[in-house]
Amino acid sequence: MSDKPLAPAIEGWHTMDMDQPHLIGTRCVKCGTYSFPKQSGFCKNPDCDSTEFEEVELSRTGTVWSYTNACYKPPEPFVAPDPFVPYALAAVTLEKEQMTILGQVVEGVGVEDLKVGMPMELVLETLHEDEEDTKVTWKWRPAAA
Amino acid sequence: MSNEIAILGAGMHPWGKWGKNFVEYGVHAAREALADAGVPWQDVQFVSGGATIRCGYPGYVAGATMAQALGWQGAEVNTSYAACASGSQALAAARSKILSGACDVALVVGADTTPKGFLAPAKGYRPEDPDWVRFYLGVTNPTYFGLYARRRMDLYGDTLEDFAAVKVKNAKIGMHNPRARYKKEFSLEDVANSAMVADPLRLMDICATSDGGAALIVSSLEYAKKIGKGDAPRVAAISTVTPTFASSVVEMPDIATDSAAADGVDPTNFRASLPVKAYEEAGIGPEDVSLAEVYDLSTALELDWIEDLQLCERGDAAKLLRDGDTSVGGKIPVNASGGLACFGEAVPAQALAQVCELTWQLRGEAGGRQVEGAKVGITANQGLFGHGSSVIVKK
Repeated sequence: MSDKPLAPAIEGWHTMDMDQPHLIGTRCVKCGTYSFPKQSGFCKNPDCDSTEFEEVELSRTGTVWSYTNACYKPPEPFVAPDPFVPYALAAVTLEKEQMTILGQVVEGVGVEDLKVGMPMELVLETLHEDEEDTKVTWKWRPAAA
Repeated sequence: MSNEIAILGAGMHPWGKWGKNFVEYGVHAAREALADAGVPWQDVQFVSGGATIRCGYPGYVAGATMAQALGWQGAEVNTSYAACASGSQALAAARSKILSGACDVALVVGADTTPKGFLAPAKGYRPEDPDWVRFYLGVTNPTYFGLYARRRMDLYGDTLEDFAAVKVKNAKIGMHNPRARYKKEFSLEDVANSAMVADPLRLMDICATSDGGAALIVSSLEYAKKIGKGDAPRVAAISTVTPTFASSVVEMPDIATDSAAADGVDPTNFRASLPVKAYEEAGIGPEDVSLAEVYDLSTALELDWIEDLQLCERGDAAKLLRDGDTSVGGKIPVNASGGLACFGEAVPAQALAQVCELTWQLRGEAGGRQVEGAKVGITANQGLFGHGSSVIVKK
């Protein structure tokens, strides 16, 4: 890790609390539908014509819907380290929000450590560095028992 | 009034990596379909094209591009874009025109030339585009296929060998398809020895991108009878429905599913909803199906589709495969053409290629891959941004 300042890879998609981060989504004030990323202007629920949404921090724990890994370097705009280091990915279902969110799994955890239904928690980890910052993003980590 | 239309002719340019202009493939396929139908080009009243977004302006107006290439003759034109379901939407447009009485006979055509390597999104910093976001975060197409495959393993006990067996099965039958790109047998060991791409899927579990072109000549039943083809296979249903909120399977290119938290909202499965409308429209059920052509972007996905088409209970597709039921000669052959495993994907042509295969199968003209006594065939495919289709063809 360099000593560059930390900055979110995508601005406004999660809190920068390095200890207990949350994804930032929206909740429709009329029907209660959650959205990630944030929704504005119209609700995705076909039975709802609301245009009002409140910004909410989403649950930072959930269970594994499924998982995989990336053995090859993705194309741009992904910024890959040289040499490329494979990483795992997980889709995690949030109970309260009734939705599933995809993300990388933290370094050092591979597919052999994962299982459908396993509890996971959200953390922040480096995605890549640019000239000024260390860009961090959300990743999933097996929840401490 | 019947909602059916007749398939008078089918044609395809062989799939491959030919590097030619997509128009050449489309014209080749169209001419083959016209000859197969015995319909002169001058008699075609409507040209319905599947668009390609990789070949510049001519690709966006593929219907007109093909009409011009075949020689302007005053037909009306249409172009449909619906990702992997583009061909089915183009077919649906032709069907509407025919059933409304606005035309008797139409050409439906799709063709593509694919670039080398990964299909990358447009450049810049564009977090408002889900396709940009997911690549930035390291989520590729095989990521989604890997997620679906792993879930099958953990939920239903599918194995790596099951997935490899899908490739082996499709390669074995696809060898007999002169239009397939890969005409070579593969063993379980060949698949197991190929590089891991997105665990549990290896290189040979995942389909390639290909050049190709496919075309159909379709008409009203009256027109078919008039030219002595009253017994031609018929399109009995075309489903191109969108997902229903709340779509609860994480789909390309999204990073999250819909939320089913609101009152009265249930989680839904888009893939499984596609054939429901097709069965309903055709007035038949899965028990009537003789064979299926499904979108095996990965080997494991073929197993998902078999269950989505209700050809077996959820979780039982691998058993069907192991018992040989999905092979040609089995109870319900799946991807007798060899599937995407042998073709690779040529987006605007692929859904039409599925219908071409069903047409030849139902006419008993599929040679070494013929499904004996085939009467009803169903297709299924899915693309990005809520596009998908399922077409039923019957005798």
